Amino acid sequence: MATVRIPPVLRPKTGGSPEVEASGGNVGEVLRALTDAHPETSPQLFDAEGELNRYVNVYLNDEDVRVLDGLGTAVKDGDTVVILPAMAGGAC
Amino acid sequence: MATGAGTEQTQVIEEIEPFEAAAEIEGGDAVLIDTREPHEYQEAHLEGGKLVPPAMLADQIESVAPDKAARTILYCRSGNRSGKAAAQMQAMGYTNVASVGGGIMLWQEQGLPVVSASGMTAEQRERYSRHTLLPEVGVDGQLRLLNAKVLLLGAGGLGAPTALYLAAAGVGTIGLVDDDVVDASNLQRQVIHNTERIGMPKTTSARIFIEQLNPDVNVIEHNGRLDASNILEVMSDYDIVVDGADNFPTRYLLNDASVRLRKPVVSASILGFDGQVSTFMPYEGPCYRCLYPTPPPAELAPSCSENGVLGVMAGTMGTLQANEVIKLVLGKGSPLIGRLLLYEALGTSFTELKVRRDPNCPICGDDAPEIPESEMGQFPDYELFCAGAGGDR
Repeated sequence: MATVRIPPVLRPKTGGSPEVEASGGNVGEVLRALTDAHPETSPQLFDAEGELNRYVNVYLNDEDVRVLDGLGTAVKDGDTVVILPAMAGGAC
Repeated sequence: MATGAGTEQTQVIEEIEPFEAAAEIEGGDAVLIDTREPHEYQEAHLEGGKLVPPAMLADQIESVAPDKAARTILYCRSGNRSGKAAAQMQAMGYTNVASVGGGIMLWQEQGLPVVSASGMTAEQRERYSRHTLLPEVGVDGQLRLLNAKVLLLGAGGLGAPTALYLAAAGVGTIGLVDDDVVDASNLQRQVIHNTERIGMPKTTSARIFIEQLNPDVNVIEHNGRLDASNILEVMSDYDIVVDGADNFPTRYLLNDASVRLRKPVVSASILGFDGQVSTFMPYEGPCYRCLYPTPPPAELAPSCSENGVLGVMAGTMGTLQANEVIKLVLGKGSPLIGRLLLYEALGTSFTELKVRRDPNCPICGDDAPEIPESEMGQFPDYELFCAGAGGDR
């Protein structure tokens, strides 16, 4: 099982939880397990072709999966997958 | 004004008391000349005093003080050499020269400030003593801070705590960009504003706060928005930019301009109980576009005014930004270059992520086109680029 860190904007779609446990052999499978459990997260993460949306960054532990093997990056038990969208809030 | 006769000169030399000289210097219209030797000058001198040793006077004075009708105040150690120099200058045609009676010795006895060997006034040595005690700061580091010019983009949630600590730290020039006025709903987190100043431009309210906290800081108000037409000009006067903007178009514009100007940006954002902070050092580390190639759609990027934000979160992230700025100025420690620090306040947890330069980045990547001088100020249409993106009010 991996831990998926849910960004604040997606928490309403995961029952409010900042972290969700999900299993899978690679990052894509872990994220699919997340969207299966919480279908409302799916359009936020994946485009129509099933690719990660460009505005969503995904990290395995502290490394961007774009510099690893993308969605095919292998995930071990105890790994953390971080979903990170850009935030603009500052002066507001 | 006390007028005394020079004892050894046939001419009458105007001699003024240190406090009179101080008032004139404060007024800003007088040329101030130090008529001692270089080693004395280095030990301590009056702020703004220009060194012209007695032996160099005939050769140098006309270039240092070209206007012979201008008010010119001379001082030395005790008033003797400056009196002689004043007589010499009068003979050269200077018509409004005065000598400080008692010189810098009496000046200091009367508690007036000097720039000492350390380059700081006695007041500054006291004010920054807890900094200068630190080997990582020291007198040199404090002088760097006093000479630093930092632009704060936003005088709100993030800008307020950043401004507070940078001003207290003695950052010599703080520019503030904001087009908003203080609103009652700001005061839960924007700690440099207050109830009395509701309705006042945030830049003005911030200036009032900073000037009361630390008179060493020169505050420059940019009461407006940064856009493609003014960003290069505004940024060119500063060493470091602190990004606390509240919208994506400004964040991308700032990124693209900072890469062109090769100026570091300390960037943070906040929402709810979550914050992010990183330092973007052009070409040394990734830029904002390497991290976020495209802005998210509106539903993934609510603003604080829609979503809410914990007030102290803004303080935590803003002070982390101030910490980054101070390290960059000092050249000490490890800034958050290539690292994104996430903070989640409910769990009190920090997470650090690696951010790498994107070789395909359209702005700082390997194939990004060189921008000729004539196109430096031309930027993409960010409103269009970010259309549908959130965070914009």
